[in-house]
Amino acid sequence: MNDIDAIAMLQDPVRRRLYEYVAAQGREVGRNEAAEAAGVARTLAAHHLDRLAEAGLLESGSRRLTGRSGPGAGRPAKVYTRARAERSVSLPARDYLTAAELLAEAAEQAGLDAGLYAAAGRRGEALRGSAAPCGGLEEAVEMLAGRGYEPYLDGGEGGEGTEGTEGVRDAEGAAATPGAAAAVVRMRNCPFHAVAERFPPLVCGMNLALLEGLLGVDGPVRARMDARPGECCVVVEASKNNDR
Amino acid sequence: MTASTRATHLAQLNVATLLHPFDDPRMAPFVEMLDPVNAAADSTPGFVWRLVEEGAADATGLRPAGADVVVNLSVWQTQESLWDFAYRSGHLEVMRRRREWFERHVEAHMVLWWIPAGHLPTVEEALERLADLRAHGPSPRAFTFASAHTAAEAAPHLRAAPPTQTA
Repeated sequence: MNDIDAIAMLQDPVRRRLYEYVAAQGREVGRNEAAEAAGVARTLAAHHLDRLAEAGLLESGSRRLTGRSGPGAGRPAKVYTRARAERSVSLPARDYLTAAELLAEAAEQAGLDAGLYAAAGRRGEALRGSAAPCGGLEEAVEMLAGRGYEPYLDGGEGGEGTEGTEGVRDAEGAAATPGAAAAVVRMRNCPFHAVAERFPPLVCGMNLALLEGLLGVDGPVRARMDARPGECCVVVEASKNNDR
Repeated sequence: MTASTRATHLAQLNVATLLHPFDDPRMAPFVEMLDPVNAAADSTPGFVWRLVEEGAADATGLRPAGADVVVNLSVWQTQESLWDFAYRSGHLEVMRRRREWFERHVEAHMVLWWIPAGHLPTVEEALERLADLRAHGPSPRAFTFASAHTAAEAAPHLRAAPPTQTA
């Protein structure tokens, strides 16, 4: 199915609600859960979820939702996640990705990182307009969602999901809070994914500078690099007073 | 032949020319990140080995490619594991700020090549692969992330050298 047909599938409001719900969860979602979230019957949800999977907008698999295995654990249920493939439509066809890759290649070869970061920072500030720096993590989530980053709030008490990054935190040298990890905003989607994969330091640095401009560097929150597999390279956290 | 394809690891070399001496204050942010980033590498899934100077925590004191050139030589189980470490860990921050500390290389400064699992590449071997890449462009013998070749393609170029001693 080509991109325009796939996107046209989202015209249907039920399908659209199901797609948006599954995409926002960042994990496998079962049929019952998706049906409930979209406010439709399970059989209708199942039909639309399978259509979305056929169109390549979702990926489907099967898993025992009970978490049990062996006899008596029940039949595996069908689960869905958002497909990683990108879909875009412009009429007539235009090819900004190739343009972006060529510009990135030229910038990389010429070592134009600093100039690119400065331009990205200015663009971020311009997007923020005259607004004050972002006031808090909740506001950051809203801003980032509007720009397609698929943000979510992580941690807070358990320090869940911070394993393996402790050494990196220490690299900052700063007074990293020992024990409980502070809440941070992480992002599931990189709006620059395809170019970032080909020129990671250049494009991820551009992304950080853009977000610094968008959120402000002297406000109550700050963006910093904390790259992990499968996510955007940046996290947003509360600024610490004696930081920087 | 599946078994022999699986028994292959990916070696990685990069060279970086220092803009300032190592003890220059301008290099301090880089030097501070060395230990935590190397520790992160050591605990990354798929990490196999990295070159370390005897009695040191890293290889920055070895200067086999010139007095002001630091080398980074490591071995990984898969290309994905190396990519994730290089660009999806704290190492990305080092990469992002590379222009503050290192000269921009006109020639290739990073090379990847497949090795038999268990073989530890020598610095000489690594520099040969970089020279190969510079002279002939990417090939199954020596390539880059942007122009990768599979272990199967590289099979005729694998060295059956005995494993070298770890430091």
